[in-house]
Amino acid sequence: MQPTSLAFADKAHAALDNPALQSALGSIKTGWQAGRGRAAEALPEFEALRDRGRDIKNHTLQHLDLYLEMFEANLTAAGGQLHFARDAAEARATVLDLCRTAEARAVTKSKSMVAEEIGINEHLEANGIERIETDLGEYIIQLRKEPPSHLVGPAVHLTKDQVSDLFAAHHGGPRIEDPAALVAEARRVLREKYFQADIGITGANFLVAETGTIVTVTNEGNAELTQGLPRTHIVITSLEKLVPTMDDAFTLLRLLARSATGQEFSAYTTLVTGPRRPADLDGPDRLHVVLVDNGRTKMLGTALQEMLRCIRCGACMNHCPVYLAAGGHAYGWVYVGPMGSVLTPQFAGIEATHTLPNASTFCGRCEAVCPVRIPLPKLMRHWREVQFEKHLTPPTTRFGLQAWAFLAQRPALYRALTRTAATVLGLLGRGTGRFHRLPLAGGWTASRDLPAPAGTTFMAAYAKQGGRPR
Amino acid sequence: MSDAREAVLARIKNALGRSPEEDVRARERVAAWPAKAPPGRIPARGQLAPEARIELFTSMATRVQTEVERVTGAPAIPAAVGRYLRRHNLPQKLVMAPDPALDEADWASQPLLRIGRGTASDDDAVGLTLAVAGIAETGTVLLASSAARPTLLAYLPETCIIVLPTDRIVGAYEQALALYREDAPGLPRSLNFITGPSRTGDIAQKLELGAHGPKRLFVVLVDPGSPAGQPA
Repeated sequence: MQPTSLAFADKAHAALDNPALQSALGSIKTGWQAGRGRAAEALPEFEALRDRGRDIKNHTLQHLDLYLEMFEANLTAAGGQLHFARDAAEARATVLDLCRTAEARAVTKSKSMVAEEIGINEHLEANGIERIETDLGEYIIQLRKEPPSHLVGPAVHLTKDQVSDLFAAHHGGPRIEDPAALVAEARRVLREKYFQADIGITGANFLVAETGTIVTVTNEGNAELTQGLPRTHIVITSLEKLVPTMDDAFTLLRLLARSATGQEFSAYTTLVTGPRRPADLDGPDRLHVVLVDNGRTKMLGTALQEMLRCIRCGACMNHCPVYLAAGGHAYGWVYVGPMGSVLTPQFAGIEATHTLPNASTFCGRCEAVCPVRIPLPKLMRHWREVQFEKHLTPPTTRFGLQAWAFLAQRPALYRALTRTAATVLGLLGRGTGRFHRLPLAGGWTASRDLPAPAGTTFMAAYAKQGGRPR
Repeated sequence: MSDAREAVLARIKNALGRSPEEDVRARERVAAWPAKAPPGRIPARGQLAPEARIELFTSMATRVQTEVERVTGAPAIPAAVGRYLRRHNLPQKLVMAPDPALDEADWASQPLLRIGRGTASDDDAVGLTLAVAGIAETGTVLLASSAARPTLLAYLPETCIIVLPTDRIVGAYEQALALYREDAPGLPRSLNFITGPSRTGDIAQKLELGAHGPKRLFVVLVDPGSPAGQPA
């Protein structure tokens, strides 16, 4: 998938003028955002668990080679097979190869962001393999031919009416309004697909090194049917999903659902260790794990290493004022919101995505709610610096920053200018105390008033008080 | 693809840049890690006395739309199942795990109930299986796959019934896994932590049950009966 992130501003403008999208995004605040707050409050140990979650991930990343070898040995002992992929192209080739070996004509898929990242969907279809998404949200966006707009709820940008229209167009039959009936219809259509599939593809939330176990989390139960019915199960996942022990996985699981949706625990957490045992009555005969690097090892040992702690809960976007106004599609690639603004430049290149680290007010809420305490604003600032160094910043911004730097290094001039501006604007805004319109500040005043300055600068007021606080 | 394996491992080792001496210490840290887990990792609510655990399990499970009924002794299970099916207007027909532990129940007490044994197919409306453990902290049941306990029983049918002895209700996930490991060497193909029936919020963030897995989840809690196997 080619990023379209450079169009962020245009898409964000369009999003603000789209009432259906705004209504869909509004429900994130009352739903997942409020839910996370309640769940965190209901568990006194939540903050301590966040510290522990951060420490587990840091320890794993610091010893990633050792845990990777441990995972490989234990997965292999349990009868699974591990396939490494250096980049997206190699991962696609590996998965296609596995599909060909299994003579697969149809695959079912449970939601995997790494699968989206490597572009497996288009690749399978281009090679004549039917692909059906089973997560309801993913199925909806597959029918609409759209990328996901949220980590946890890929179709969160759509209203019920839009889903009604979509299902009527694709499934035939009368248009259904009732959400329960819409879910039942999708269940019926997808149930058939599970039984037709030759291969089930899932992602993984965690990979447990000490046992070679793959952990998946869903609310729908689609991961279990996806991997449980076909003969072959392929897991598409990435290096940073590793954790040392089962106990570590449980600690992170205590954080995941609470941070994501405000649930105490997701409905289905499944720990898969190897394929079907000889006497088992169900389960796949073959288990393949495709482990993708795709730029992650380049983050190790750099400022961006902290981003590899991410457990993909979506709390950062659920609390981000920019995401909640612009929606996921404005970000123009697979990962969205604050975590996407850090990851996308890494995976898709800063040249094609340099709008993203700027799509933040640096209010800090993402960091405040991150279950593994990733300093997202700091990491976005890192990309802003790279952007500036690479001369990707627009000329006006560049000029503005240079002008500001020139003034900031000359305090006397800076004070004289701000004093003049404060006096003039204070006089001009005397009547209402605010400006409805102001030259050079049209972007601000288009949607809100600019308060008029008090007529004097802070430094002047401070000096007048003899340099003491009031 | 072993080229890829070597390349990725080399990239990691390169990025971490450990000297041979540091590598020895790193291996020691990895070996010591499991023992270093700090106390307080398991929330206080996961460390209650037995009866309080059963109460917490029941209230947490009920909050996520699981129905819970408590009976005494394995023979009483079928009557609870029959009542449940009638209450929900479901056919008196189910597919049940071929686990000998379920043979202790008095299935003859439900003459109308037709029972198949094995894993579930798409035609089965009701599946019944046994849990390894119940977890009080979130009202979760743990299933483990085996020849006697097929996984699909809990996922394909629209109604799932799970039998859980109350003496197997623990506080936390870690303890549930430890309980499984007491009886079995190694891990099964699939360990399934189930917290309520299948659900989705993917249509306008409105909660709907029965997205792919069961629409209804019924947990029969079984207190130990008298030694003769009769209800106390």
